[in-house]
Amino acid sequence: MYAFEYQRPKSVADAVAALAKSGGKALAGGQSLVGAMKLRLANPGTIVDLSGIAELRGIKKEGDAIVIGALTTHAEVASSSVVKQSIPALAAVAEGIGDRQVRNRGTLGGSIANNDPAADYPAAVLALGATVHTNKRKIIADDFFKGMYETALAADEIITAVSFPVPKKAAYMKFPQPASRFALVGVFVAQTGGGTRVAVTGAAPHVHRASTIEAALSKSFTADAAKAVKIPADHLNNDIHGSAAYRAHLVSVMASRAVAAAG
Amino acid sequence: MGNSELNTVGQSVRRKEDYRFLTGCGQYTDDVNPPHHTHAYFLRSPHAHANIRRIDTAKAKAAPGVVAVYTGADLTGVNGLPCGWLITGTDGQPMKEPPHPVLAQGKVRYVGDGFAMVIAETPAQAKDAAELIDVDYDAVPAVVNPVEALKAGAPQIHDGAPGNKCYTWALGDKAAVDAAFAKAAHVTQLDIVNNRLIPNAIEPRAAVASYSRADDGYTLYVTSQNPHVERLLMTAFVLGLPETKVRVIAPDVGGGFGSKIYLYPEETAMVWASKRVNRPIKWTAERSESFLADAHGRDHVTHAELALDPDGKFLAMRVHTTAAMGAYLSTFASCIPTILYATLLAGQYTTPAIYCEVTAAFTNTAPVDAYRGAGRPEATYVVERLVHAAASEMGIAQDEIRRRNFIREFPYQTPVALLYDTGGYDACLDEAMRIADVQGFAARKAEAAKRGKLRGLGYAAYIEACGLAPSNIAGTLGARAGLYEVGQVRVNPTGGVTVFTGSHSHGQGHETTFSQVVASRLGIPIENVEIVHGDTGRIPFGMGTYGSRSLAVGGTAIIKALDKVVAKGKKIAAHLLEAAEADIEFKDGKFTVAGTDRSKAFGEVALAAYVPHNYPLDKLEPGLDETAFYDPTNFTFPAGTHICEVEIDPDTGKVAIVNFSACDDFGNIINPMIVEGQVHGGVVQGIGQALLEQCVYDQESGQLLTGSYMDYALPRADDVPSFKVTTKVTPCTHNPLGAKGCGEAGAIGAPAALMNAVHDALSAAGVTYLDMPATPHRVWSALQAAKH
Amino acid sequence: MSVSLSLTVNDEAVNAQVDARTLLVDFIRNNLALTGTHVGCDTGQCGACTVLVDGNAVKACTILAVQANGSKITTIEGLAKNGELHPMQAAFKDCHGLQCGFCTPGMVLSAIDLVQRHPDADEATIRAELEGNLCRCTGYQNIVKAIAQGAAAMRG
Repeated sequence: MYAFEYQRPKSVADAVAALAKSGGKALAGGQSLVGAMKLRLANPGTIVDLSGIAELRGIKKEGDAIVIGALTTHAEVASSSVVKQSIPALAAVAEGIGDRQVRNRGTLGGSIANNDPAADYPAAVLALGATVHTNKRKIIADDFFKGMYETALAADEIITAVSFPVPKKAAYMKFPQPASRFALVGVFVAQTGGGTRVAVTGAAPHVHRASTIEAALSKSFTADAAKAVKIPADHLNNDIHGSAAYRAHLVSVMASRAVAAAG
Repeated sequence: MGNSELNTVGQSVRRKEDYRFLTGCGQYTDDVNPPHHTHAYFLRSPHAHANIRRIDTAKAKAAPGVVAVYTGADLTGVNGLPCGWLITGTDGQPMKEPPHPVLAQGKVRYVGDGFAMVIAETPAQAKDAAELIDVDYDAVPAVVNPVEALKAGAPQIHDGAPGNKCYTWALGDKAAVDAAFAKAAHVTQLDIVNNRLIPNAIEPRAAVASYSRADDGYTLYVTSQNPHVERLLMTAFVLGLPETKVRVIAPDVGGGFGSKIYLYPEETAMVWASKRVNRPIKWTAERSESFLADAHGRDHVTHAELALDPDGKFLAMRVHTTAAMGAYLSTFASCIPTILYATLLAGQYTTPAIYCEVTAAFTNTAPVDAYRGAGRPEATYVVERLVHAAASEMGIAQDEIRRRNFIREFPYQTPVALLYDTGGYDACLDEAMRIADVQGFAARKAEAAKRGKLRGLGYAAYIEACGLAPSNIAGTLGARAGLYEVGQVRVNPTGGVTVFTGSHSHGQGHETTFSQVVASRLGIPIENVEIVHGDTGRIPFGMGTYGSRSLAVGGTAIIKALDKVVAKGKKIAAHLLEAAEADIEFKDGKFTVAGTDRSKAFGEVALAAYVPHNYPLDKLEPGLDETAFYDPTNFTFPAGTHICEVEIDPDTGKVAIVNFSACDDFGNIINPMIVEGQVHGGVVQGIGQALLEQCVYDQESGQLLTGSYMDYALPRADDVPSFKVTTKVTPCTHNPLGAKGCGEAGAIGAPAALMNAVHDALSAAGVTYLDMPATPHRVWSALQAAKH
Repeated sequence: MSVSLSLTVNDEAVNAQVDARTLLVDFIRNNLALTGTHVGCDTGQCGACTVLVDGNAVKACTILAVQANGSKITTIEGLAKNGELHPMQAAFKDCHGLQCGFCTPGMVLSAIDLVQRHPDADEATIRAELEGNLCRCTGYQNIVKAIAQGAAAMRG
C-alpha cells in the first residue's frame, strides 16, 4: 500500500470539504477500496474516512419507501426487520453479497459508489427505481450508474442515503462466477409503481436494464415469458468464466428464476 | 504391539498438535522475527518471454530504507538450481537441463520469473524501491501450451533445449501393444487434457535467512516439506557451502501438497545475501506471487487408446502424453510424468501389454512439478476415463467391466515395471457400491429427470504407488537422491521418549500418529512421547514428506529404531534381573523374565541406562538412544474405488455433487480419524481439479489469467457435500506396520470418478467428451454443441 | 502519516502510534505480536486473517488498523480462558476440524460469529456461511461437523 494522509471528519459537510480540498478518496467500509490500495491498484493521496459520521447510518421507513443510510452495512440491511418486511428481495440481495466478513463491513453507499460491474446492489438500486441521495442532490437510479466503475457522483460528492420505493413484487437471482462469487450474471426483477423493471449485473461492462425482458414481463409476469426472451450477446462480457453467449442465455434464465421467486 | 490400554493403534486419538494451532500458538515461518531483520522483495518479470537489455538499480539502491539490491549479475559463484531426477530419453540421451538461475540473467522466461532482489527495512520500502528499478525489456513471442511449444517455429525458450524438448521417454513393450491392437475387437480412444493446477497451500511460501559471523553459519527458516533435502541441494549444488554450516528449519508449515518440496530461488538467494548484508532477511510471498511462482501441477495433453476383446477384457493400452515442464526444470519435475505416471497405467487391471511415450516440453510458464498425487492422478484419469468410455461404447456395466479385468492374484507384476504386493479390489468396489446406494440410482435419476435435471454416476477404481523405493532401483532410473527415511528414538533418563523423524508434518498429524506407534510399542503413555521434525540441526537426516510416504517409510524407520531400543533394553534388563538376555520378553512396557513375575518397567531400564551404577559397562555402552535408516524394498500400493453421483442443471450447466462415496485400502491404519481427514481433503482437491480449478495462461501474451482467488476457483465449503468414506484392509506385506499411505488417494480417485459421472449424466443429451474442469460454462457449451 | 490508536484487544487496552497505511492484521501480528492471525491471500478471500471486531467477523487484511480505532477486537489468542479451550476450539479438536492449522484461527472466529447468528445452524447453512474462509486441507467436512458440535456446546 502506498502512503496517504488520513482524515476522519464528524459531519458530511466536513467530509465534503476534506474531499474538495485534498482531492482524496472517501472510505466507507473499505471492502473494495482497501483491497485495491493493498494491491497498489489505487493510490489516493488522502483517505477521508466516513465512519465517524453518524447521520450516514440507519434504516427507516418513510412513506412508501425504505431509506437506508449510505454507511449501513450489508449485514445490517440483511437482518433489518424493516427491510425484510417491506422489500425482502433487498434483504436477500444484501445477504448474498460477498461473504459474511464482507457483509459485516461493506456498505450500501460504498458498493454503489464503486459500481463494480458484477456487484449486486447496483442491480437492486436500478430495478427498484431507487433514488440516491447525496450531499448535493437526489439522483434517480437511471441517471446514477454511468459505466464501468463510473457514476454520476462528483469528486466531492458523498452519498448520504438511498431511498427504495417498496415494490409490489421483487426478487434477485444470481449465478455466481465460480471463483470470485461475484455475479457472472445477476438479475433483479421488480414490479414497481413505475412498471416492471429488470436490471442485470455481471453480464455487461456495467449494470443495465433489460428492456426486452421488461417488455415481455409487462405483458405476462411469468417465468416462461422471461425465459423466452432471447438476449443478444453483443456487448456482453466474454472471459474465461463465460462467453457472451452463455451470459446472454443466463440473463433469461436468471430473470425467469427471479420472476418465479417473486411469486 | 502390546494389549494394554496404552496401545492406541487403530484408535482415533485426538491430535497432540491441535492445542497450539487452536490457540494461535503455532509457529509458522512468517511468525519468526529475528532481531534486526530486513525484508526482501523479488522483482518479477511482467513478460512471459523477454530479453533484458539493461537493469538500472541506482534509484532503488538510494530509496529510503533500502539495505541492498541484487540482480543475477551479483550472484557470482552461485550455480543454478538442480533437478533431482535424470530422465534418459528413447534416443539414449540425457534430458536437456538448461540452467535454472537463482535470479534470471539476460532473459526472463515466464510471468513471475524473478530477476532482482531488494532488501529493505520494511516490506513496503522493499516494494517501493523495486518499483524504482528501471528495466529495459525486449519482449519476444511466448508459448505456454506444451503441444504448441514442440511445433516447428515455436519460440525457443532455452538455447540448450532445441525445439523446447526436454526429453522423449517411453515405457513398455511397443511391439506387443501394437500386435494386441491389431487383433482387438474394440478400441476406445480419447484425447485428454489434464488441466494445469496451482497448489494453493493456504500458508504462502516464506523464508527467514540469517547469517552468524560467530561460526560463519547460516540458519534458514523455510516453508519446506523436506528441510534436509532443501539443505543438501542448496549447499552442495548451488551455493557451495558445507552442509555443516547451514541449518534448515521447517517449523509449522501451513500445507504443502507438493508445492513445498522444492528448492526455490527465493530462499536460496536470501541465504546467499544474508552474509552480504549481515542481517537476517525475511520474505513471505504475497498470494499473487504464489500464483505466479509456486511450482504448478499436472498440465498433460494425452492421446490414449484401450484395446479390448469381445468380452470387454483389456488387451492393451497405448498412451502418448505431452507434459509441460514450464520455463525451468523444478526439483522433481522430470520424474512426475514418467516414473510416477507411466508406471501406474495398469491401474487395478490385468492389461497384459501397455506402452506409454512421454514428451516433456519447456513452456513460458511457471515450472511444473509434483502436486498432490503427482503423476498418479493423471494416470488414473487416463485409465478410468478409458474404462468408462469403453464400457459405455460396448454396453457393459461400469462395475462389470472393472470386475472382468481386476487383478486378483498377488504379487502381481504389471507390464509397466511395478510389482503389486497385495490388494483386494473387489472388496473396495463392492463396499463403495453399497455405501453409494448404486441400486437406488436409477430411481434417483428418474426423479431428477422429472425436475429437468441430469443425473450421472461415475466410478474410479484407482491405484497409487506410494513410498517411492528402493533407492538402488530408483538410482538406476535416474534418481539423484536416496529414498529412505530416518528415525531416531531417544529414551530420556526418566523414561520419556523423544523421537526425531526425517518426515515432516504440515497437516498430516505425525505428532499424534507417530506418538501412537511409539507409545504402543513401548507401553508408555502417549503424553510421554515427543515427536521432533523439521530441523536439520536436531534430526540426523531425512527425505521429508511427499508421495504419501510418511507412515510407511518414516514410521517404519521409527519402528526399526524402536526395535534397537528394545533389543538394548533387554540386555540391560537381563543384567538387572540377573537372567539370560534370551529369556527377557518385552511387553506392555515391562521387561520380564519369561515364565516368571520378575520384571523391570521400561522407565527403570531407561534410568539404569543413564545412571549406570548397576550396569554391564564392560559389554554395553550407557544410554538408550537409537537411530535407524529404513530403505523400503518396494512401493506400497494403496487402492480403492470412488463413486460420484452428480446432478446437472442443463439450463445453467452447473454440476452439483450429490453424493461421493469412497472405499479405500490403505493397509493397516493407526489413526482412523486422521486417515478419514486425509481422504476428505484429497477428495476435495480432486473435486477442485474436476469441477473448479484451472490455471489459464493467455495463449498469446503468456499472462496468467487466473492469478488470484478472483479467477482461480478454490473449492469452498458449499461447493462440496459431506462424503461417505470407509476402508478395507489388506496389509502391506513388506513393512512392519502393514501401512500403505493415504495422503493422495482422494486427489487421485476423485477427478476420474467425478468426470465419469458428468459424462454419464450428459450422455443422454448427446455429449460425448468434456475436459476438466466441468465448469458451468463448459458443460452448458457442450450441451449446446450437442444440440446442433 | 502517523495516527494514534486506542482500542481493546482480547480484553486489554492498547494504545499505539502507527502509519495510517497499516492494516489491522499487520498491527495485530507485528505491533502486538499476536501471530495467530494469519495472512493467506492478498485479495480478501481466504479468511485466514478473520478476527472479531465488536463481536463481528471481519477480515483483518481488508481493514486499516485506524478503522478499528475504538473497537473491541478478539483474536484467536483471546478465546481460551485459563488454558481451557473455548467450546468451539474444543469442537475443532474433537472433530479433527483442522490439519495444518493455518486457516484454523479464521475458521474458529468465523464459526463463533456464525453461531451467534444461527445458534442451531444446519449443514447447508454452515457451509454457506463459510464462504469467506478457505481451507485446503480438511475438505471442510470435519470443520462443518465441528461447528455443529461447537454450536451445541455454546448453546449449553
